[in-house]
Amino acid sequence: MPQLSDLLFYVFAGLTLLFGFLCVANPLSRNPVTSAMFLVLTILSMAGLFVLLNAFFLAAVQILVYAGAVMVLFLFVIMLLDMKEEERRRLNKAVVGLGSLAVLVLAGILVRAIVSGSKGAAVEGAPLEGSTRALGRILFESYLLPFEILSILLLVAMVGAILLSKRDLK
Amino acid sequence: MLEDFLSNPTAQFVLFSTVKIIVVFAVVMTFVAYAVLVERKVSAAIQDRVGPNRTAPPLALKIPFFGKLLQSWGMFQPMADGLKFMLKEDFTPSYVRTIYFWLAPAISVIPAFLTLAVIPFGSQLGGQKMVIADLDVGILYTFGIVSLGVYGIVLAGWASNSKYPFLGGIRASAQMISYEIAMGMSVVAVFLVVGDLNLSRVIEWQAKNGWLIIYQPLAFVIFLVAVFAETNRLPFDLPESETELVGGFHTEYSSMKFALFFLGEYAAMIGASAMMVVLFFGGWSLPFFGTPASTLLGGLLHIGVFLGKMIVLMVVFIWVRWMLPRFRYDQLMDLGWRRFIPLALGNIVVTALVLALVER
Repeated sequence: MPQLSDLLFYVFAGLTLLFGFLCVANPLSRNPVTSAMFLVLTILSMAGLFVLLNAFFLAAVQILVYAGAVMVLFLFVIMLLDMKEEERRRLNKAVVGLGSLAVLVLAGILVRAIVSGSKGAAVEGAPLEGSTRALGRILFESYLLPFEILSILLLVAMVGAILLSKRDLK
Repeated sequence: MLEDFLSNPTAQFVLFSTVKIIVVFAVVMTFVAYAVLVERKVSAAIQDRVGPNRTAPPLALKIPFFGKLLQSWGMFQPMADGLKFMLKEDFTPSYVRTIYFWLAPAISVIPAFLTLAVIPFGSQLGGQKMVIADLDVGILYTFGIVSLGVYGIVLAGWASNSKYPFLGGIRASAQMISYEIAMGMSVVAVFLVVGDLNLSRVIEWQAKNGWLIIYQPLAFVIFLVAVFAETNRLPFDLPESETELVGGFHTEYSSMKFALFFLGEYAAMIGASAMMVVLFFGGWSLPFFGTPASTLLGGLLHIGVFLGKMIVLMVVFIWVRWMLPRFRYDQLMDLGWRRFIPLALGNIVVTALVLALVER
């Protein structure tokens, strides 16, 4: 009998793929808000995958930052757009063809890599641990410099965004 | 057969969790119903009126003395209100985006109830911890779910496809995101002091060292104000704002769909009060009554203490609503971004410095 967590993995992985597909190529609706809502569902099912990996902190932050903040701002902008034009726009056949080709090539590479790669020894030692304390330790002890560089990068992005949105600085 | 089933730990977990969920749900629904009554009674007292004192089923009046008393307290009013909501015509205007129009009320109620899952509402009762899910990332879970609550309102505003609800939805999205930041920042300082994200352990810490409001009064003030904005209560009910937007995001809603928004607001208020009790007022503990209960009576008393503190905070919510006028939208944003976020950041820095010095 398969473990419940294995079963849940397939459920969440399947849902992630399904919602992701419906987000970019929904056959029933060309409405951008629908796409955004499916992206929210994709993010939520990915949070489910994080939970199965015992990474509770990542799961919570995934929902908090992406589903709760970023996507709300997306919706905010989409709702202010003229939706009618977007909905009327049909799928471009050439784009669909090229997109499918890209997906097939990428899938081919991935399958080849999986098939040709030898099965490595099972990872020993490190138990699955995603507690907030352990994560904080790793971030601030082993990876302090990359962490600080990232935060400076975010700060630069923030200042840049504010500069761009203010046309005339006093 | 049954004994085998009951001795299985998974089965026990499922069973106890189901019971807890059902009981919490029932208690919260009752609280919602009577919170509306308390709101009406308190507002009546503040405005020198009497409030609901007429509704009563005919049979109840036959009870000597108590029937009349309960009637004058309005104890039967919630039942009449509920019945009225269900019997009203559920009208869907022709111009709305139907799917989202139907989904929005549900989306606004679900997060409000989900946040209650991590709240430890009592210490122990017959060997069971009185919390539905004892998560190690408790508070982060709550913030994640609370941040999803905005979708209900935004979608309602957009799906209604008319101007006033739309303005309400736009306001809600900006307001709730802004105050979420201040709220999250204010709580960081609390967890710096406690050193744990698990809400049960936050309460244990407070039972040992005293309530956190003594250590973090500024964090409490920021959290309290942010909660008003997150639950769309006056003085921050800009998405609703009857005087300028008719009914805001729920203008086009009627009957049970409207009631769901109402229910979501009060459930969110209950969740927020419970959260504040856990974070700042020692949860189920009292200064002289702080060890997890070993007897049934002690466990029940702890739950009672928790509910008592929660009710006091909810009365504060209601009281503030009828005492303060509504803010202007730019004042609201200014307060959030230019006052509370810097204050909360400063609070984090000061708390961290003090903690570092104390450890030295």
